[in-house]
Amino acid sequence: MMIGLTHYLILSGILFIIGLVGVMRRKNLLMLFFSTEILLNAVNIGFVAVSKYYGDLSGQMFAFFIIAVAASEVAVGLGLLVLWYKRTGSTDLDSLQMMKG
Amino acid sequence: MEKYLYITLFAPLLGSLIAALFAAQKKMLFTGIITSILIGISFLSSVILLNYIDGDTILHVKMMDWISAGNIDIPFGFVVDQVSVIMMVTVTLVSTVVHVYSIGYMEHDKSFNRFFSYLSAFVFSMLILVMSDNFAGLFIGWEGVGLCSWLLIGFWYHKHSASWAANEAFIMNRIADLGMLMGLFLIYWKVGSLQYDIVFANIVNLDVTTLTWIGVFLFIGAMGKSAQFPLHTWLADAMEGPTPVSALIHAATMVTAGVYLVIRAGEIYALIPEVGYVIASLGAFVAVFAASMALVNRDLKRIIAYSTLSQLGYMFVAAGLGAYWIALFHLMTHAFFKSLLFLGAGNVMHAMNDELDIKKMGGLYDSMKATAILMTLASIALAGIYPFAGFFSKDKILEVAFNHEAYLLWFALFIGAALTAFYSFRLVMLVFFGEKVHKKLGFHPHEVQPFVIYALTPLALLAIVAGFFEHSFHAFVTDLLKDYEFTLDHSIALILIFATSAVALSGIGFAVYKYSRGGFSESWEKKGIYKLLINQYYIPKFYELTIQKPLYNLSKFAWQKIDLKIVDATVDMIARVLYGTGDTARKIQSGNLSSMLRWMVAGVAILLVLAIFIRPMV
Repeated sequence: MMIGLTHYLILSGILFIIGLVGVMRRKNLLMLFFSTEILLNAVNIGFVAVSKYYGDLSGQMFAFFIIAVAASEVAVGLGLLVLWYKRTGSTDLDSLQMMKG
Repeated sequence: MEKYLYITLFAPLLGSLIAALFAAQKKMLFTGIITSILIGISFLSSVILLNYIDGDTILHVKMMDWISAGNIDIPFGFVVDQVSVIMMVTVTLVSTVVHVYSIGYMEHDKSFNRFFSYLSAFVFSMLILVMSDNFAGLFIGWEGVGLCSWLLIGFWYHKHSASWAANEAFIMNRIADLGMLMGLFLIYWKVGSLQYDIVFANIVNLDVTTLTWIGVFLFIGAMGKSAQFPLHTWLADAMEGPTPVSALIHAATMVTAGVYLVIRAGEIYALIPEVGYVIASLGAFVAVFAASMALVNRDLKRIIAYSTLSQLGYMFVAAGLGAYWIALFHLMTHAFFKSLLFLGAGNVMHAMNDELDIKKMGGLYDSMKATAILMTLASIALAGIYPFAGFFSKDKILEVAFNHEAYLLWFALFIGAALTAFYSFRLVMLVFFGEKVHKKLGFHPHEVQPFVIYALTPLALLAIVAGFFEHSFHAFVTDLLKDYEFTLDHSIALILIFATSAVALSGIGFAVYKYSRGGFSESWEKKGIYKLLINQYYIPKFYELTIQKPLYNLSKFAWQKIDLKIVDATVDMIARVLYGTGDTARKIQSGNLSSMLRWMVAGVAILLVLAIFIRPMV
């Protein structure tokens, strides 16, 4: 069986749903970051696959951009996370409720 | 010569502005003096212009462009010709007298400065009206005098009746001004210009229907300003204003603006004699109609106001029948004696502590001789007795009506002359002679200051001698206006003069005879005719019932049902819905990141669904 575009897109979709459920369900901030990474990379797979299928490089270029953005996001996010952990000793999402309107 | 034109026009404005600077402050004598002097200067320079103008030379200046867009080109232009210079001299002369008089009359009023500011502003507007060389400028002046009239009728705005009367005058004039505007639009549409000379040069090319409409619309405007039936009710109510205002605006100048308009547009009316005849008929009707109301009224100023209405009717008869110079002549003489009458009435009012009921006066001759003499002179002039001014001008109007073979009009005017003589002397007798009723009521009348009397003497002099200028006046204005051809036999004219004089004299005689013996018995007041007249033919009542009340109810309905129940309710409902949804939706803002993310995912899902199923039309 040839592995085609459909398979890649299915993989991308499955990963995206896993990430989405993680974002919605997990209460640990660190887990939230993992889920975000999964989401972003799911999209990356989709981009690259479609780019290859159409022979258009801009999709792959976009994937690089996403990797760069994801890296910087994690760098900033983790920094904040560490700071937060030092202050409160927990990374539980429900304890983060200072913006209640 | 141009500089005199500008001096005449702008001196009153300057005075008005100076007085306006101190409008909110307490009385300062110099505002009255400065405005009087400036109006006096304006009068002098208009006299210089009067000497300058003759058959060949008129003054026509274009001060600046006003509206210049595309094909529309309306300049601020002024023309001093035979007609406008007569108006200018009349207006500034009467204004000067009234200004000086007002210094005495308004002596104790706390809004002294404001009064002079308004009064001079009125003179400025009136000069714009008469000096403009196009209909647009005339309209500006027209509105300006309307505004000043409103300000001055409602000068004592804390009195409810005064502010009501001011609004009535303004609104009635506005109704008529709509007619006037339609006329102007029609002229512009058909001729393409509003300049008098261009309009009159091209007017002959228009078809009769258009001309008739123009004539009718312009006359509707004139009807409002000159208070002709059925828009006449405001003039009597306008007597709520200070008496100098009644003398200047509601007798001598502003109300004659309608006559001026008809004279100015004489070239139009000459082409549509039918409309002219209608104007004349209406004028004759008003002449008798207003005079009859003056017969029974007990309010000193209202009697004179009705008399003004009746005299305006005479002017419209002359103007409508094409005797423009006679209309203008009567306008001028009337301005002199009628303002004199009003100013005299002001003196009486002052002496009687603002009491207006003539039945409460009587025998004032002993305490105020000068005023009594002046008012009697003015009344004789008004009644039209030789050799006073009114005789010459009024008699000519009757002759015109007879000459036109409009015997019905002539008869109406003839009756009107008798009524005029009667009510004028009824007033004089009741106020100055007979039983001293005021003594019983505890009044202590006293004569006004001498300078007020001196200020009135020029008017008195003119009321006596103005008639003798008839021939030079005729020669002067007919250079511009169409002359009126008398085909009447000389002997018939003489008979007419005698008949009119006789009827006027008998009117006076009857009034003097009757009122020197205590007047009519009380039983007259029970009769239907008296009630009809004292209630002004129930016309104000009729207007109240047919126009005011329904309009009031309609407005109330619109306010309570449409505005409050529909418009306001809709607006309130929108606000309430937004507020409610906001109140409900603020629970989303819990601050919990996890639930926020869930909402975000839900939102994205909804957007996705929308993006898939609802595509914009490309």
